[in-house]
Amino acid sequence: MLTPPLTDTDLLSLRAGDAIRISGVIYTARDAAHKRMAELIERGEPLPVELAGQAIYYVGPAPAKTGHAIGPAGPTTSGRMDSYTIPLLRLGVKLLIGKGYRSPEVKAALVENRAVYAAAVGGAAALLARHIRSSRVVAWPELGTEAIHELTVEGFPAIVINDCHGGDAYADGRAAWEERGE
Amino acid sequence: MIREIPVTRIQTAVETLLTEAAYRLPADYLAALEASAPAEPSPVGRQVIDLLLENSAYAQAEQIPTCQDTGMAMLFLEVGQDVHFTGGDVNAAIQDGVRAAYAGLRKSVVGDPIQRINTGDNTPGLIHYEIVPGDRVTLTALQKGFGAELMSRLQMFPPSVGVEGVVRFVVETIELAGPNACPPVIVGVGLGGSFDTVAHLAKKALLRPIGSTHPTPHLAALEADLLAAINRTGIGPQGLGGRVTALAVHIEAGATHIGALPVAVNLNCSAPRRASIEI
Repeated sequence: MLTPPLTDTDLLSLRAGDAIRISGVIYTARDAAHKRMAELIERGEPLPVELAGQAIYYVGPAPAKTGHAIGPAGPTTSGRMDSYTIPLLRLGVKLLIGKGYRSPEVKAALVENRAVYAAAVGGAAALLARHIRSSRVVAWPELGTEAIHELTVEGFPAIVINDCHGGDAYADGRAAWEERGE
Repeated sequence: MIREIPVTRIQTAVETLLTEAAYRLPADYLAALEASAPAEPSPVGRQVIDLLLENSAYAQAEQIPTCQDTGMAMLFLEVGQDVHFTGGDVNAAIQDGVRAAYAGLRKSVVGDPIQRINTGDNTPGLIHYEIVPGDRVTLTALQKGFGAELMSRLQMFPPSVGVEGVVRFVVETIELAGPNACPPVIVGVGLGGSFDTVAHLAKKALLRPIGSTHPTPHLAALEADLLAAINRTGIGPQGLGGRVTALAVHIEAGATHIGALPVAVNLNCSAPRRASIEI
């Protein structure tokens, strides 16, 4: 079980392909929030939340039904955040959660900054929301679903895709199952 | 004989279809997904398929969306030429239906692609009309998540690339998409037409029920060949490795110019929300 804030020791033991569970506080951010964070970093201004040691989940949740803490909340495509990610890793973000390929630059920066990229199952949004106990907007409410939400999660499931040793579960998975022509 | 249909009837149908589509995946898709499970030898791939089936059942039972990305609303209307819409603007009525359906769903639409301000009610939906014989209206709603939409591709090939070039382009599109499109995917392939219509053919291919094959034998054979080639890539469910990368390949083809072989690939994800009604 991983509970942010995360340390290098927490991350060094993780390997591509490992099933992990996350509990505690994680922060949501997708396209619009990343753009704003990148602008703040460039101007040398503080971010609305302290992200050192923290986890960012790329998600834009659906509205909550009455009686639910949050609406369905599955991962969005991580690659769209690639161009904003390296400055965040330098600030000490330790865990990124989304789905899909990362750029070679982000993969190298994960190794360099000792951070991990994990995938949640896209399309399993309704089930994933059951692991989210509470949700509140902590920055930029005008962005709606794209605002930064602070989520309290319990046993949130993900699979390590890119570890901090250069491992890549997408490449390994494909290599294991590809059928090459004769 | 002219048949009058009040636009409020279309509005209600749009709202109902989009609401249903959000909570309940099509039966033909669920049957195909369930049938694919034994064909998936990768343990993690199999786990993903089981999880997707469980997610679908849970969302339906709780009446919540299967995926948080309830997408852009896409409405396809086959309108009988003897139909007369009454009581207002049918386009506005459709947008009212979209607005009502998305009251409890995620608002994922920005009004301008550069300025990117959320419209706040998920309008506008994208509307396509086709005039057909008769006095009925067939309305199909697609709730298109953009994880898969973003990985779509189009190429205006010369005829010399032949069927081999088509296969290469489609498989390459799936490889580039990998986990991003949330496999197992449904692959819509448009062949022929022009730059604009080939994309529409690929989209229309996604409206076909899974399990249906193209009525023209050589295109049905190409669908089967493409599916086999895609499932040899090893990408697998969620891109974690496996044999079930796509559940179906649907081709829609049309006449084209002597100098071109247009190809478009439009993908649908593992939550392919679609619903249809005849009015």
